[in-house]
Amino acid sequence: MADDMTSLPAVPETKVRKFNINFGPQHPAAHGVLRLVLELDGEVVERVDPHIGLLHRGTEKLMEARTYLQNTPYFDRLDYVAPMNQEHAFVMAIEKMLGLEVPKRAQLIRVLFCEIGRILSHLLNVTTQAMDVGALTPPLWGFEQREKLMVFYERACGARLHANYFRPGGVHQDLTEALIADIDAWCVDFPNYMRDMDDLITGNRIFKQRNVDIGVVTREEALAWGFSGVMVRGSGIAWDLRRNQPYECYDELEFDIPLGKNGDCYDRYLCRMEEMRQSVRIMRQCCAKLGTTPGPVMTENNKVVPPRRADMKRSMEALIHHFKLYTEGFHVPAGEVYTCVEAPKGEFGVYLVADGSNKPYRCKIRAPGFHHLQSMDWMNRGHMLADVSAILGSLDIVFGEVDR
Amino acid sequence: MSLLSQDLGDKIIAKAKGAVTAASMAFGELNLEARADQIVPLLTLLRDDSDFQFQQLVELCGVDYPQRPLRFDVVYLLLSLTKNVRIRVKVQTDEDTAVPSVASVYPNADWCEREAFDMYGIFFSGHPDLRRILTDYGFHGHPLRKDFPMSGYVEVRYDDSLKRVVYEPVKITEFRAFDFLSPWEGAQYALPGDEKAKG
Repeated sequence: MADDMTSLPAVPETKVRKFNINFGPQHPAAHGVLRLVLELDGEVVERVDPHIGLLHRGTEKLMEARTYLQNTPYFDRLDYVAPMNQEHAFVMAIEKMLGLEVPKRAQLIRVLFCEIGRILSHLLNVTTQAMDVGALTPPLWGFEQREKLMVFYERACGARLHANYFRPGGVHQDLTEALIADIDAWCVDFPNYMRDMDDLITGNRIFKQRNVDIGVVTREEALAWGFSGVMVRGSGIAWDLRRNQPYECYDELEFDIPLGKNGDCYDRYLCRMEEMRQSVRIMRQCCAKLGTTPGPVMTENNKVVPPRRADMKRSMEALIHHFKLYTEGFHVPAGEVYTCVEAPKGEFGVYLVADGSNKPYRCKIRAPGFHHLQSMDWMNRGHMLADVSAILGSLDIVFGEVDR
Repeated sequence: MSLLSQDLGDKIIAKAKGAVTAASMAFGELNLEARADQIVPLLTLLRDDSDFQFQQLVELCGVDYPQRPLRFDVVYLLLSLTKNVRIRVKVQTDEDTAVPSVASVYPNADWCEREAFDMYGIFFSGHPDLRRILTDYGFHGHPLRKDFPMSGYVEVRYDDSLKRVVYEPVKITEFRAFDFLSPWEGAQYALPGDEKAKG
């Protein structure tokens, strides 16, 4: 064989040139405004340099100039796919510093809407991941379900996206009986949609070819790179803050935590699909418990929680509280806390430094996507150019939270 | 979170051989204060020692206290998945002194340190690629410092006659910081008409 090789006529050597290409910032598969500088050898990716910050709005700076109550809406604008999960981490930080107790009914409502947020986020991610690898139907179907969930958001708090519903001490207003019944009815109906999705994507030959064994993350890598959420569970690490460090009333609810085996894009997709089913399970339990748990949805501490509007009409005390809370706001004792929730994308945390005044001294937002996105470089090395969008899709990136 | 207590802090102080200067509990969380030049061996110890096992760096960020001589805190939030414990390690530095980069211990510190550099101008020695990360290309200053105005210094718009994006000094009026603090609690000034009251 070697002899044959030497006898081949000499071919003049072609000069091989590496390509540097820009992916984004206006690319439909970039899931927002991401600029990737890719170094390619032919079609093989050699280096990825993500340029982020195109959606940087200085949230952390703005927060330092506003009162605690004025700051909650900023959290809706971080991961705008699942707004209430973000608010949750912030109000929990305030509650931890003030030592506020959240009434049982408010805890159930919070869990209910956090799980709605999880489904909102996973629906978007799973279906657009399918779109990134060429399927157009799943997002259209997924958005129909998301629309129904957005209506639940709207009926609970008046806004489809920027809810500002979770407040320190509880939630802003109670849910109506009709809304709880409708959410429950949706939960009964949703598994049919999941079955359709399963039939459409899970076994699909093209979807599997594009995702199986792509972007493999080992357990060690997942730990070292600060991964959380589906990104660690896809690699087989049993870690879910709802179970390991339970907050609100998650320890009273029954749900399973799906784990991946291979840590590739396909396993992460399967984890997300199963998590949606588990979220529906949690939501049904919440709906059932809400029926048997009447009571307030806010603590009665009027030094933090604004009084009801009806009280303000008759009580001078309530009127003063209302005025002081909406101008000066409440003061938070000096100190620092870190609270985190299991957001759909991973561990979303708030590191809050308070100086005893009515404004946060420093609020660092720990966005899971920021840590996931920086592993784009090593995850993509040696993969083909077309796999970049599949891997990016499976990381579940939303630029509102990455860029803050 | 059952393992978290002052004992863990004392244990870390004993094992860290002078790298940790203080450990305290507050709001049910353990805070450690460390020496900046010892941060790399300290975090390596916390990651690898079987008593601690802090496998993950959850977050790394800066905090600015302009009135201090060492004005910046660099905060490391660590998580042990096996022990189910979180701790916080803090070191202090100033505008000129670099903190050793921990990107060799926790690779995800890379972007976190870039962000701390971008936002506060904290230098990290031995960092593989200390560039700005969140702010605009060609941005000046470090926006999260307390002496950086909230409205910034430049504003950007598309100039139709030049057919390009132009940067200009900000024209909006200063952000109106209304003072709502109760005068008997927070305000440090005499109210109008109150000047002679102390007299």
